Amino acid sequence: MKHLKATTFLIAAALAAPLAAQEAGGRLDIVVQPEPPGLMLGLVQNGPTQLVAGDIYEGLLIYNTDLEPQPGLAESWEISEDGLTYTFKLHEGVKWHDGEDFTADDVVFSADVFLRETHARLRASLAYVESVTALDPLTVEFKLKEPFGPFISVFEAATMPMIPKHIYEGTDFATNEMNATPIGTGPFKFDEWVKGSYIHLVRNEDYYIDGLPYLDEVYYRVIPDAASRAVAFETGEVDVLPGGSVENWDVPRLTEMEGVCSTGEGWEFFAPHAWMWLNNREGPTSNKLFRQAVMYAMNREFMKDVVWNGFGKVPTGPISSKTNFYSDDVTHYDYDPDKARELLAEMGYDGEPVRILPLPYGETWQRWAEAVRQNLTEVGINVEIDSADVAGWNEKTSQWDYDMAFTYLYQYGDPALGVSRNYTADRIKKGSPWNNVEGYENPELDEKWFAAATMVSPEERQAAYEEIQKEIVDDVPVAWMLELEFPTIYRCNIKDLVTTGIGVNDGPRNAWIEK
Amino acid sequence: MPVFAAILARLAKAVLTLLAIAVLNFFLLHAAPGDPAVVLAGEAGAADEQMIEQLRERFGLDQPFYVQLGKYVGGIVQGDLGYSFRQGAPVIDLIAERLPATLLLTLTAFVISLSCGIALGVAAAARVGKVSDSLLTTLALLFYATPLYWLALMAVLVFSVWLGWLPGFGYETVGSAYSGFARALDILKHLILPALTLGLFFMAVYMRMTRASMLEVSTADFVKTAKAKGLSGPVIRRRHILRNAILPVVTLAGLQAGQLVGGAVLTETVFAWPGIGRLMFESLAARDYNTILGVFLVSAAMVILFNIVTDIVYRIVDPRIGARS
Repeated sequence: MKHLKATTFLIAAALAAPLAAQEAGGRLDIVVQPEPPGLMLGLVQNGPTQLVAGDIYEGLLIYNTDLEPQPGLAESWEISEDGLTYTFKLHEGVKWHDGEDFTADDVVFSADVFLRETHARLRASLAYVESVTALDPLTVEFKLKEPFGPFISVFEAATMPMIPKHIYEGTDFATNEMNATPIGTGPFKFDEWVKGSYIHLVRNEDYYIDGLPYLDEVYYRVIPDAASRAVAFETGEVDVLPGGSVENWDVPRLTEMEGVCSTGEGWEFFAPHAWMWLNNREGPTSNKLFRQAVMYAMNREFMKDVVWNGFGKVPTGPISSKTNFYSDDVTHYDYDPDKARELLAEMGYDGEPVRILPLPYGETWQRWAEAVRQNLTEVGINVEIDSADVAGWNEKTSQWDYDMAFTYLYQYGDPALGVSRNYTADRIKKGSPWNNVEGYENPELDEKWFAAATMVSPEERQAAYEEIQKEIVDDVPVAWMLELEFPTIYRCNIKDLVTTGIGVNDGPRNAWIEK
Repeated sequence: MPVFAAILARLAKAVLTLLAIAVLNFFLLHAAPGDPAVVLAGEAGAADEQMIEQLRERFGLDQPFYVQLGKYVGGIVQGDLGYSFRQGAPVIDLIAERLPATLLLTLTAFVISLSCGIALGVAAAARVGKVSDSLLTTLALLFYATPLYWLALMAVLVFSVWLGWLPGFGYETVGSAYSGFARALDILKHLILPALTLGLFFMAVYMRMTRASMLEVSTADFVKTAKAKGLSGPVIRRRHILRNAILPVVTLAGLQAGQLVGGAVLTETVFAWPGIGRLMFESLAARDYNTILGVFLVSAAMVILFNIVTDIVYRIVDPRIGARS
């Protein structure tokens, strides 16, 4: 048996550092942007919801910044040799916020009933699951149909949140009245949501780890304007700006303030990867030579430095360097406009215009598209910038009505969870965003993606993904732009805010304020 | 009574107008590109066909267009503005939650701009041609020409960041547990900057209009008569000139009043004011149809209501208007 038992590392870490005695009490004000549509994490999984509801709901496991699983609601777990059986031992004495006991039945209900119906991203992973069984009140067993390499990475709070069976069983999940007053097992309880202003969470006095959380309360503040969010931090109204809360050019100014710290950590699990979908179906972008020319024509380092104020890293291919199974052994598309012109001449590009669709998420993205247009124009490509609001962008991309469209996706700690979904042909679905929108079809590579997902040994998977990266980078189905880095800005007297691979989403659980 | 009969007739027409507006809005909104199910799925960063279908079904988008329209209009007739599936609450609740904040902000801005605008306009007209008149007119021109957004940010920069006198955003101090008078004072402090920002533009308009109108009326024969009678300057200005000069200002004030509900999107965004303008804007971005339609309808109702009020004010200011019709 491969045994992965880990002690409750958080407490161990706390004891190992006696000098930094955690102080209890205090309040944290965190910006949440935009206002979440709801807080029921089993029904809504967008970024702001994850940020707030991550304090209320919990998963069986937590992932550290190296993406290794750590105990969460499960204190230990075993994976059978053949990779088919996962057995979790649950923490004793865990209670829901309404006082009911959290048991293995809740895990079965969450994974097998609730989330199978509501959670699109998890559903893809649950397809590998044959059965979920409660062996006893504190033991639960997942049996897989075939080995699924990344399975150990799906137990994080937003991917597989634990849902209270006693509240949802037999009800219409989407319209259950309790969605407005979420009940979880997490370190903080829901108190009040004043729409348009703030969400207030209070300390869970009955949290199963003694002493945690240290904070008394957390306020998530809704401030719609980016400049006003920066002001709110400057005037001390808020203590934490999670990544992406302010425009990039405000970051240096805010981090230079006295008593202000920032960190780029806490995004390892998501590893947001930005690229442009290149329409592989029609127009110049359907020609591989054109797509390669685009890669050579762009000065991505310059764009990183100017548009993103130096934050992030230019990617080599589809897998983020922060994620498992990354490989550097691929063709590198360094800035080389002459080579781009050669490729365009070779394909006989006739000047047919291409449309670029920026992501309507603020000024930075707009300027990024302008930088791309500048670079492409320099090598003789005829570029127009298309624009749309968020709903329009969704419509255009999901209806394939674009030539080049900016986007970014989370990688969720494993290529089989967050990367392959953009490249395999089975994920081409018109009318639905965030799939293989570019229309890339490569049956040979598809086989390799599928095989790599079901391998058990990490070494085998590493070799498989190296091969995949090498081949796909030559095809350029999309133009990889940047491994995004969203620095978290906070006051230096807040300690242990970012300790896991999902950063602030887990933050308030361990954070404490030095007085 | 003819006045009441007139008002009743106006109200009956108003109801029909509102229904027409509701139907028109419904068509316009559904003609816009984008689909709420896809937006919601998109925000989650993942979607499969099953999820999109589930969402469409929940939103009622899987039904034919005329069925959706029929249900919507049927609901409105019964006073039901529908349900926001995105926010998981009845639209009427969402609006009721936000409307007080917007009314507080816009009414304050309205009162400030109207009272200060008229007062300054009268003052400028009385000192026409003098330095103080030029000063006031120039100031008004400045407020009139400055973009609201920039003005708001500058106000925050100066009064909040540099001087630290006033809170730069929000409705009240979050988590302060103030109550009663302390809370009112706290809200008032938060109200000052957004209300001023929102009010300055119209204040400038009222001031210029009052000034011009005052000057025009002051050359009329009945003013000369009043002077000949030996009435004092202030009395002539108040009872003879202003009363006649104010009518165009009332017309304009009616227009501004129409914006009381929906017109504060920018101010509410910059100052994080939890009002209805922001609700509308955010719902629009998410294609949360029922919520947007609800806000549109409430705004339209307000515009109509204020038009009626303006008419009544006309009659009070100038009784001849009622007599003629």
